[in-house]
Amino acid sequence: MIDTYLIPLVKILFVLNATLLGVTYMVLLARKVIAWVQVRLGPMRVGPYGVLQPIADAIKLILKEDITPTRADKWVFTAAPIIVMVPALITFAVIPFGPSVHLFGREIPLYITDINVGLLYIVSVASIGVYGIILGGWASNSKFPLLASLRASAQLISYEVAVTMTLVSLIITAGSLSMVRIVEAQYSANLWYIFVQPVAFVLFFIGGLAETNRAPFDMAEAEQELTGGFHTEYSGMRFALFFLAEYANMIVVSAVATTLFLGGWLAPFPNVEWLNFLDFIPGWIWFLLKTFVFLYVFLWVRATLPRYRYDQLMRLGWKVLIPVAIANLLVTGIVKVLL
Amino acid sequence: MFDTEELVINMGPQHPSTHGVLRVVLRLDGEKVVDSEIVIGYLHRGIEKLSENRNWTQIILLTDRMDYVAAATSNVGYCETVEKLMQLEVPRRARYIRTAICELQRIASHCLWLGTHAMDIGAMTVFLYAFRERELILDLFEEYCGARLTYNSMRIGGLPLDIPVGWDKKVLEFCNIMSEKVDEYEELLTQNRIWLERTKGIGVISGEDAVAIGLSGPPLRGSGVSKDVRKDEPYAAYDELKFEVPIGTAGDTYDRYLVRLEEFRQSVKIIRQAIEGLPEGPIVGKVPRLIKPPAGETYHAIESPKGEIGYFIVSDGKSTNPYRFRVRPPSFCNLQALPQLIKGHLVADVVALIGSIDVVLGEVDR
Amino acid sequence: MGEAIAFYSIAALILGFAVLVVSTRNTVHAVLFLVLNFLAVAALYVLLTAQFLAVIQVLVYAGGIVVLYLFVVMLVNLKRPPEDHSAPQRHPWLGFALSGVVLAQLAAILMFGGFGAPTDTSAAQTSDLALNNVERIGMLLYSDYLIPFEVASMLLLVAMVGAIILAKREL
Repeated sequence: MIDTYLIPLVKILFVLNATLLGVTYMVLLARKVIAWVQVRLGPMRVGPYGVLQPIADAIKLILKEDITPTRADKWVFTAAPIIVMVPALITFAVIPFGPSVHLFGREIPLYITDINVGLLYIVSVASIGVYGIILGGWASNSKFPLLASLRASAQLISYEVAVTMTLVSLIITAGSLSMVRIVEAQYSANLWYIFVQPVAFVLFFIGGLAETNRAPFDMAEAEQELTGGFHTEYSGMRFALFFLAEYANMIVVSAVATTLFLGGWLAPFPNVEWLNFLDFIPGWIWFLLKTFVFLYVFLWVRATLPRYRYDQLMRLGWKVLIPVAIANLLVTGIVKVLL
Repeated sequence: MFDTEELVINMGPQHPSTHGVLRVVLRLDGEKVVDSEIVIGYLHRGIEKLSENRNWTQIILLTDRMDYVAAATSNVGYCETVEKLMQLEVPRRARYIRTAICELQRIASHCLWLGTHAMDIGAMTVFLYAFRERELILDLFEEYCGARLTYNSMRIGGLPLDIPVGWDKKVLEFCNIMSEKVDEYEELLTQNRIWLERTKGIGVISGEDAVAIGLSGPPLRGSGVSKDVRKDEPYAAYDELKFEVPIGTAGDTYDRYLVRLEEFRQSVKIIRQAIEGLPEGPIVGKVPRLIKPPAGETYHAIESPKGEIGYFIVSDGKSTNPYRFRVRPPSFCNLQALPQLIKGHLVADVVALIGSIDVVLGEVDR
Repeated sequence: MGEAIAFYSIAALILGFAVLVVSTRNTVHAVLFLVLNFLAVAALYVLLTAQFLAVIQVLVYAGGIVVLYLFVVMLVNLKRPPEDHSAPQRHPWLGFALSGVVLAQLAAILMFGGFGAPTDTSAAQTSDLALNNVERIGMLLYSDYLIPFEVASMLLLVAMVGAIILAKREL
């Protein structure tokens, strides 16, 4: 009874809260990191060093007037931001944060559930997130947001293909679709998969940038674009939800990349004897550190690079990433059979 | 099988990337620009008419407000035109300081151009780095004439004030900083693959077309035509200083970018020569108390950061106001190339091209 | 017991959404109800320990095919207002008659089709499937059902090439 209901419930609550808090503070992190790159300080007034800024932002957005365009479809208009946010949150159900811990005399694994198709679950849930963008543009009942949202979603589904192809080669290397098993495979192989599959790592990272609509692939939300993008008609908390969903997606991509390529909760070189002194650091701290590194790189790339034009972006996805992913798959398959 | 209709879209006058109140009406086929129409005049303040009711010295204030990004250059151009009409001799020291100030303005204007152009294409950090350098220049100007944007820093016959003590050392320090920073900008952008894809081959204009339209400045030089007023008709102290004029080859956005980037370096070189070789002497020539040029008309042009800025003044010899004051603004003439440049390109390139021509609406509309 | 409750509620959802797909006036709403229908079917697959199938159902059907339906519906919606979509000369009785015929056919197949009981419903088989879902499906697909698999991929290739040729402006 406790094992099947209570413990997962506690884990779910914990992970949800941690994720939402993380997403909110990503807002502050983004502003601070980009500000420091740009020789400025970022938010400094609210709280010491601006630490309470997200709280102030949240309060402001909640108090804003909630405008719904008159001829918009009310249900769909409300549902669109939710549809973007929920897939990001439920992905955390399969990500392992650390090895098992002993609490209250029980062995509690630090993941909510271990489905044997975990990686595929993540990809399929991500493909549901596309609906939020399409519906957000359509529900605004105006031509330009609709066209912009269709473009953004076309970008998303193209890069989904590339990312899925990349992940297939990773599945071949690991021999399993389950996230926990992938981490364990990295443990027994004594190497993080970033060293075994560097091409896949690069492809996954680029695909992840494009999937989350981040620079340099953020043409869909650039202010210099003619139309305001799919979230033109949204204001207040709904608009905030779109942006928080983007940050949540960033965190998901970082967490997945950490698990797949950086060994999840493993210490660097996990099986090496003389590095055992690092074992006192719990696995989830390693996980958080690695995820943080990825998030930092996301922001760093945003601050540095110019953005691609839409046709160049699509060309990159279809003509460069997919062929390289297929080639990588071929090579992985051959190597796996021969070894 | 599928019929596509053309879409007419309006960009501006309030738009984050038209660099001012510029309105561009685009006719699109899908996302390709088929035709465009430029609507200007949103910033027209009647400067040319106003100057008919101001005396010759008061007009210097008005010239500030045309190209507000590089105001001192407009001041210098106007003063030199009146001096040409009045046949006044400007002392050497004043000419050297005018050169240094014009080149500082060139750097300041190019800093703003680089920052906004890069930001339009998405590289937002370059904007802040470029403005950091522009702030240093504005500090220098504030020390010199008390203002940051609209300087009123020239007088007919010379300068109103001599440079403050220690200003020349600060300028030389700035030159050292600037040379490093230009290398930093180059590192961020010039070989960046995304930058190359967004600017190479975009907005190509051939040398003949450029001359036919009447372009000047970096847009003309980017297309391979070697015309620079500083070399062709030297003014101020340019005939005594050594510098090169960068010329592009392909006439696309990338070449215009390279030309302006090299102009940064050349300007630093000119400023160093001007300040290190600053002669002693008076800063104002022999100017009558009341400025009354003889009856006649004249045209004089100088090289502003945007291109050739020319002034045509007509004086009737009797009153203290000009009879006619006409400006040939470089941004206005360069903007005429825009419809030809953006034809066939995508909407996202329109923004890059407006930035590449580098327009200031204050000049275009006056 | 819990399984029965789960099954009946999911089945109710599937049927409910299916009815809503055909009965709603707004085309986009119809497509969205279709998505919800597919998600409920995926839930049913999970109940049957066919997790791989469930995830693929979400990934391919709900996340890929219906997205394309949605694109088409939205772009067509742009050109014609919703009022144009109701056709007053539709004959509802014809629809009922035809669906009655199809229902009778399906019932006949189910009752007399000789499906019989599944070969091995032991707990070992189910748990083996639950744990090694992907491997079992993969092995079957590449041994017993190899030819249908290859034919299906050829079909998809032909469809892709055809779509590109139709939509390309210049070749």
